[in-house]
Amino acid sequence: MSTTVTTPIGGLDGSPKVEQNYLTNGHTLKSWLLTTDHKRIAILYLISITFFFGLGGAFAGLIRYELIAPAGNVLESETYNKVFSAHGIIMVFLFLVAVIPATLGNFLLPMMIGARDLAFPRLNLLSWYLFNAGGALVLAALVNGGVDTGWTFYTPYSSLYSNTNVSLAITGIFLAGFASITTGMNFIVTVHKMRAPGMTWFRLPLFVWANYATAVVMILGTPVVAITLLCVVFERTFKLPIFSPELGGDPVLFQHLFWFYSHPAVYIMILPAFGVISELITNFSRKRVFGYHFIAFSSLAIAFLGFLVWGHHMFVSSQSMYQSIVFSLITYLLAVPSAIKIFNWTATMYKGNIRLDAPMIYAIAFMGLFTVGGVTGLHLATVSTDIHLTATYFIVAHFHYVMVGGTITAFLGGLHFWWPKMTGRLYNESVAKWNAVLVFVGFNLTFFPQFVMGFMGMPRRYHYYYFAPEFQPYHLMSSAGATALGLGFAVPIFYLVKSLFTGEKAGANPWGAHGLEWETQSPPITVNFETVPIVTDEVYDFDPVGEHEELMAKLAGAKS
Amino acid sequence: MASITHPGHGDGHHGAHDEHHGPGGVFHQYIDLEQQNDSYIVGMWTFLVTEVMFFGALFLIYGLYRYAYSQDWFLAHEHLDYVMGGVNTFNLLVSSLFMALAVRAAQLKDRKVVLRLLGGVMVCAAIFMVIKYFEYTGKFHENLYPGPTFTKNAEILHGANLNKAQMFFGLYFAMTGLHGVHVVVGMLIIGKLMHMWWKKNPMVTEDYIPTELVGLYWHFVDLVWIFLYPLFYLMPRPDALAAHASGGGGH
Repeated sequence: MSTTVTTPIGGLDGSPKVEQNYLTNGHTLKSWLLTTDHKRIAILYLISITFFFGLGGAFAGLIRYELIAPAGNVLESETYNKVFSAHGIIMVFLFLVAVIPATLGNFLLPMMIGARDLAFPRLNLLSWYLFNAGGALVLAALVNGGVDTGWTFYTPYSSLYSNTNVSLAITGIFLAGFASITTGMNFIVTVHKMRAPGMTWFRLPLFVWANYATAVVMILGTPVVAITLLCVVFERTFKLPIFSPELGGDPVLFQHLFWFYSHPAVYIMILPAFGVISELITNFSRKRVFGYHFIAFSSLAIAFLGFLVWGHHMFVSSQSMYQSIVFSLITYLLAVPSAIKIFNWTATMYKGNIRLDAPMIYAIAFMGLFTVGGVTGLHLATVSTDIHLTATYFIVAHFHYVMVGGTITAFLGGLHFWWPKMTGRLYNESVAKWNAVLVFVGFNLTFFPQFVMGFMGMPRRYHYYYFAPEFQPYHLMSSAGATALGLGFAVPIFYLVKSLFTGEKAGANPWGAHGLEWETQSPPITVNFETVPIVTDEVYDFDPVGEHEELMAKLAGAKS
Repeated sequence: MASITHPGHGDGHHGAHDEHHGPGGVFHQYIDLEQQNDSYIVGMWTFLVTEVMFFGALFLIYGLYRYAYSQDWFLAHEHLDYVMGGVNTFNLLVSSLFMALAVRAAQLKDRKVVLRLLGGVMVCAAIFMVIKYFEYTGKFHENLYPGPTFTKNAEILHGANLNKAQMFFGLYFAMTGLHGVHVVVGMLIIGKLMHMWWKKNPMVTEDYIPTELVGLYWHFVDLVWIFLYPLFYLMPRPDALAAHASGGGGH
């Protein structure tokens, strides 16, 4: 990106000033726990989120281990209910919703727009504390005996009948929800008001656009689910009749309100992933992104349409058939902006100078997996096929393709891409490449068989299937794949942490990538930029011809 | 654009804590006071959007159930004291007027007037909570809070179906309770603002934006009540009941 720089930040008195990078600027525990630096908060979030991901993954492991045998291996029915509920609650509310915005978004958004920090740094810190407080309450609910409602907390079971720690878990989710709301508010204000001079809206990196759209969904959706879940707690503790059918309340109303958030919430999870992929595809194809405006506006279109499709989760509830038809049609419409992105990325790669580094492998894996997840979503958006597939493993496979194959793959790709920027160190690229392949293979082995057995009728949330032992081969494949996938998620922890100590120094821009974040040192100084950047051109101003000539000249020079 | 200055540069180390700001109370992440104030304003409106969605879900629930149970809810609502509610409505409107005038006085940097007007807002808020307290305790004494102990006496509810009446009072407590929490939070924030004015903190005395933002929050709390009052206290008589009343010639 072309930038010119003018006013120095420090040293107006002429003295040379040694700026420490954000990691070395304060070594005490207090300097981390009370930091308001968006980069440090991103690191704190990364640690919390890795912890919850590991925990949620352990519960997934239990599920897969249980299902190896048709009669079930270890778990009682009740325990199994609690295990898959814990897996869902942790992964959705304590991992997926926050993972990319709170880590990569927090770290990069201010740098990408040339700001020193988010607009409200202390609010940002509060967000992390709220997130952890919410996580602690959910943990307390699990330690205290667990929750057996599933992550959706459907009434009236959750409000009237379940004797598990529903209120505690919901209170935790409520707090984590406010962490999400504060992050969203911070992003919106930052993008609106903190852009560097010359950083116009259409010079914003697509990652910023995606996080902006995410933030809009966060602030519009999260309050609704917060109050809805609070109503469930009130109903449990104060007998406040809101969804209880015996007094005339409507339990399905809970589903409407819940999915009014929780469907847009899947866009909270996937939109930032789109942003990451846009950056990866462009930078590793060495080419200007194709259809910048379409990608930017498709994010907003997804954010908007995402609020109009919640009823497709309720085709088998008491919802009117005509309502279902409308929700179904709007859901088809929603496939358009998602497809626009995939097509634009493909067009970006076309005739690009593609480098298959680990982040790019993740990005390409994302495009394949998300497409499968998206296309199978259309089966579920069609009322007739959905009624056949409801509550089967087909749905489980579908949303894992979108959430794991989409969000987690993008997160891993983004983490590898920006790791040198965050830590100043290079990781072991060849191990990372093989690991990316392992994740892709392990993922498909885990979830593709679930499509097949789901289509054939294997119900979700069962802890045995002795009535249909013919499903065992699929479950075996799935469990084997889960083992590989678990390995693929664990290995990066080792080589990334190792890179902190023995990794080669990265330099400001090891990838030759474009974007303001690459124009400051790695790791960045606390205020991000030595001088206030002034932006004079779009971010993806790659010059393939020039790069090619440069390379040729280099080769010619080496020959002579 | 070449002459951007950075008021917050002087200290160099921003990492550990950023309580210290440059001249004029500009935090280190902002280029100047204008950017800071713009951010505050957008931030406050964004927050109010989340509040609208927060209350919005409850208003939706209210709307659906009122549509479904309009007759029973009408009968149950007659037990609420519209005079108390009306006094509180007037009271909050006056408080909003005080708040608007306080923002005006903050623009004029008239510290004494600001403090007096904010004090007026506090008094109104306190009166609101006191009246609410008497309303709530009255309902408690008549066993009108939801749960197994909800009154079995349909007479005091003018013959409304007790289950539906219980839902009415459930939402009444949920919505006015949530609003009450917002009033209390508002009092805390206004108290803090008054403290800052009292201590002549330049962040508020030199710049009216913080006062205005607190005002925005207070107007929002007021506005919620402006909706709650007619929805709970002033329901129109449903057609079926009206026909019955005129046909029977009774009430």
